[in-house]
Amino acid sequence: MSAGRYGVHGGQYIPETLMNAIHELEEAYAHYKEDPAFNAELDDLLKNYAGRPSGLYYAEKMSKDLGGAKIYLKREDLNHTGSHKINNVLGQVLLAKKMGKTRVIAETGAGQHGVATATAAALLGMECEVFMGKEDTERQALNVYRMELLGSKVHAVTSGTMTLKDAVNETMREWTKRIEDTHYVLGSVMGPHPFPMIVRDFQSVIGREARAQILEAEGKLPAAVLACVGGGSNAMGTFFAFIEDPTVDLIGCEAAGKGIHTEQHAATIAKGSLGIFHGMKSYFCQDDYGQIAPVYSISAGLDYPGIGPEHAYLHDIGRASYVPVTDDEAVEAFEYLAKTEGIICAIESAHAVAHVQKIAKSFSPDESIIVCLSGRGDKDVAAIARYKGVQINE
Amino acid sequence: MSRIKQAFDHGKAFVAFLTAGDPTPQVSTELLIALAESGADLIEIGIPFSDPIAEGPVIQAANMRALSAGTTTETVFEMAKAVRQKTEVPLVFLTYLNPVFHYGYEAFFKKCAEVGVDGIILPDLPFEEKEEVDSVAKQYGVDVISLIAPTSEQRIRMIANEASGFVYLVSSMGVTGVRSEITTDIGKMVSEIKQATDCPVAVGFGISTPEQAAHIGKLADGVIVGSALVKLVEANGEASKPVIEAYVQSIKRALETIE
Repeated sequence: MSAGRYGVHGGQYIPETLMNAIHELEEAYAHYKEDPAFNAELDDLLKNYAGRPSGLYYAEKMSKDLGGAKIYLKREDLNHTGSHKINNVLGQVLLAKKMGKTRVIAETGAGQHGVATATAAALLGMECEVFMGKEDTERQALNVYRMELLGSKVHAVTSGTMTLKDAVNETMREWTKRIEDTHYVLGSVMGPHPFPMIVRDFQSVIGREARAQILEAEGKLPAAVLACVGGGSNAMGTFFAFIEDPTVDLIGCEAAGKGIHTEQHAATIAKGSLGIFHGMKSYFCQDDYGQIAPVYSISAGLDYPGIGPEHAYLHDIGRASYVPVTDDEAVEAFEYLAKTEGIICAIESAHAVAHVQKIAKSFSPDESIIVCLSGRGDKDVAAIARYKGVQINE
Repeated sequence: MSRIKQAFDHGKAFVAFLTAGDPTPQVSTELLIALAESGADLIEIGIPFSDPIAEGPVIQAANMRALSAGTTTETVFEMAKAVRQKTEVPLVFLTYLNPVFHYGYEAFFKKCAEVGVDGIILPDLPFEEKEEVDSVAKQYGVDVISLIAPTSEQRIRMIANEASGFVYLVSSMGVTGVRSEITTDIGKMVSEIKQATDCPVAVGFGISTPEQAAHIGKLADGVIVGSALVKLVEANGEASKPVIEAYVQSIKRALETIE
């Protein structure tokens, strides 16, 4: 009976008030994903508005420096709004518009998904409200202003720990208040079915392009594909095209914060346990009584206590592996990529860069590795400076 | 007949909710007993959860106060046991699925039966997922209460058809909390529910005044009050008992004027 399962994970654990809306979304998506006109419109937006396809860049200096596999960077950082988030948001906001909705709401952590949603809403003429933990509105004040510039209203969420999970709570609450004209643009491969599937499908353009690009460049599949994982949308979007290629290692990089031996991390696979929260069964960081744990990462985009259900399943069956990467390692990789390749990537993406630094050497130079560079790092520059104890005036 | 059905046997039922452990487990136990002694017909005991997505700000804050006071699932079982020793009023837990899942369904419902808890309300467990707990709960004689919302429409019959204990009719869109008016056509929804089940129907979300209770009570078998009671605890803390008693009596009197 229960829909949207990935092994034991997934499902639809949400209040009755939302059930008809969720079913309506399932039906609309099933219809429009087969609709040539919808797909043509979305493809046009992805190409001419978002700037797709994104490049697959051979990072030669870095590859030679690390000594081992040829490293390719999938440049989602070059998309309009500066991250992979635009792929999902254009799809969902267009879908919402076809469904007759006039208003979209969204949660955001660092603000990447909020800015992307505000952008798509401005473009497609929808009213937009974004929920952001109060702490995050202070840490990412510039993104709040960006969303306002784009015509959105930003709500600072003061409940709970005032971060991403609370922003999700508050957006769900808002949706139960106003369903008729409103679509919830969920930002990751999480939440109740059909969201993990819809977000994966809209993000799977990353992997589809990357697979064709690497075959073109190298004439064979990569040995490994890496991406950072919070909820896991850029990772799922990158992995999906490679799942049926058993020779390709799929590696998700989780935020280990100050280390998985401390309590300050967001490493769900390494330290979490099975639970039911935010509409899905999956792995969560939680205490002995099932209270959701406060999590920590230098990266606001990975600062989430759960992981999408399809990742949980890929972990269970051993098809993908998930590794923890600390703040220190991510910051070091952030600087390394800037100095070596002239690319300032998002601190989220730097978690994947940090891991490729560790493993590149164990591959031979005729093998390749793809790293999804999910976003650009402009938003993080001030925070990294603070982390390094550097005083700058923004 | 189950204890829950008995609650609806003598006129309109008053279902009273408090978050367990707010402001402290000890005071909270006394308040739950006070609810029963001052006339509540059924008591909903909220097991606090870190992220209660169906609750408005008042009950969210109560959850945080209870957790900060060290309340755990284990503590709440002890509280329920203490309340059960003092009263035969039916007791129903309200919580979210994760604390129950984490405790273990088997262990949780076994414990419910042991301490005398008659039912459970899980706002994040819709009809489609109820197999998650249904068979285990049944095995231990614990009713899993079905919720029906203003948006349920064509789902009403399907849900009501498999209801047990009572049906929790959510009066309004959104989350729990005091509302100045309830615009849903409650009478129409109650009659649709009644076509599919013999279970009594209690209406919750937004009811706070005796006038609202009397009005809604005319249309259903019972009224549920949560946020208004929790607000009294928020304002009065350890001195809440007399205020809670007076409030319960005022709602009871309003319900007794019906018919």
